[in-house]
Amino acid sequence: MSLDYTAAEMMTVTAARALENGTTCFVGIGLPSEAANLARLTHAPDVVLIYESGTLQTKPNVLPLSIGDGELCETALTTVSVPEMFRYWLQGGHVDVGFLGTAQIDRYCNLNTTLIGDYREPKVRLPGGGGAPEIATNAGEVFITVKHSKRTFVEAVDFVTTVGFGRDGTARDGVPHIGRGPTRVITDLCVMKPDPETKELVVVSLHPGVTAEQVQEATGWEIRFAERLETTPEPGEQELEVLRELKARTARHHAGNEMGENA
Amino acid sequence: MAEFLSLHDAVARHVEDGATLAMEGFTHLIPFAAGHEIIRQGRRELTLIRMTPDLIFDQMIGAGCARRLIFSWGGNPGVGSLHRLRDAVEHGYPQPLEIFEHSHAAMACAFEAGAAGLPLAVLRGYVGSDLPKVNSQIKFIECPFTGERLAAVPAVRPDVGIVHAQKADRAGNVLVEGIIGVQKEVVLAARHSIVTVEAVVDDLEAGPNACVIPGWAIDAIAVAEQGAYPSYAHGYYPRDNAFYKAWDAIARDRESFAAWLEEHVYHAGGAA
Repeated sequence: MSLDYTAAEMMTVTAARALENGTTCFVGIGLPSEAANLARLTHAPDVVLIYESGTLQTKPNVLPLSIGDGELCETALTTVSVPEMFRYWLQGGHVDVGFLGTAQIDRYCNLNTTLIGDYREPKVRLPGGGGAPEIATNAGEVFITVKHSKRTFVEAVDFVTTVGFGRDGTARDGVPHIGRGPTRVITDLCVMKPDPETKELVVVSLHPGVTAEQVQEATGWEIRFAERLETTPEPGEQELEVLRELKARTARHHAGNEMGENA
Repeated sequence: MAEFLSLHDAVARHVEDGATLAMEGFTHLIPFAAGHEIIRQGRRELTLIRMTPDLIFDQMIGAGCARRLIFSWGGNPGVGSLHRLRDAVEHGYPQPLEIFEHSHAAMACAFEAGAAGLPLAVLRGYVGSDLPKVNSQIKFIECPFTGERLAAVPAVRPDVGIVHAQKADRAGNVLVEGIIGVQKEVVLAARHSIVTVEAVVDDLEAGPNACVIPGWAIDAIAVAEQGAYPSYAHGYYPRDNAFYKAWDAIARDRESFAAWLEEHVYHAGGAA
């Protein structure tokens, strides 16, 4: 029996499944936040979600629009200052997984969220690093989830905002107290993992119905495929139901806010 | 000792042209009313400091208040770009803007170091990032005890720090609740501080570990109801997400921004 689902749902469910129950996860806004909360509402009820606004162990009923939505604070175990969040909880070694999105990524998982073009004369200025540069090095490991396209998966990122394994794959070698770095990248087409030796991204699993050619077509370099390429398991009925309810609830909530007393 | 002033007088007294000015509030409690007052008073050549410039600095940059910006994430949260910031960086409009770009961790540490009276902040940061190549304020030092290479950034010690909070009591003690960001650090790091509040009350009703900033550590308190709008004040009003979305179209275009500024800032008359 096969269910109807979109490529975006496939990506979110696959990203959610990567998060094990009981894990402490530092969550980026957007796709990572959607996946992390889906995990919490399905197979991982004891996952601990932390957002950089200082909200520790938060259980939002709807997805936040911004990193500091009141919903995150109201449903958190406690809320700490931003210096405490970054110094004690992240740098102090209490985060298992950092869950990030990006604008550009290269074969060594370096992330660019700063700009397209040259730093002094940018073609497009992006928001910048935010929490990502230190999440990527101080968390135990890093998951990345992003839509697959040639604009995003580039031969060389225009700027390394956040290190994966550096321009040559060796940036973490010999650095003390540094996390393992990216361990998987989940897109709407496939799942990739870094080669244990070279750190170059390798496609390990194709989503159902996706071909290797499609992945290559959406990637800006000659992407490697694992010898034993797997098919990603399809989303389950319950996962899809919970995800759709979460998104509908979120849309209703934010629409409601827009008609609130401050309009 | 905190002096109760009108917002107009607090800004007129403490914010001078060319000042370094930190205005904080991590998505929450962003001091918009104070920002608008600074625009109305026509302050120029400011060095603006905020982790997330948000709409408030987009407005101040677009209005021509800023010469320099120190920040760590310059987007419209949940929406996209800050178009006035981008116009200044990409096209020098309305004037060139020098930027010093950090990560959140580094800026949080820099505010904390400022509050602690130290010259620098040390963190395990910026490993492998290109940010140190483009920001001369990021250096690396060796730990004298372990030899570990650590990142160092200068402490933030602004001329003026401005934050918004829920309430002050009549002695000027301030209670901050909810997402507290770096509110306390900014007040303690700054040479002069202004706190705008939703209300002045007889009793803060603060628990023993609440985030309370004593009145004697603050220079000026000004009442500004809805002073954080369109961001939010926990317990008072929610974030106006619709305005954040609408801002994208307002700020994308120089003329529509100028018209908005005219109507909602210059002619809003400093009601607070």
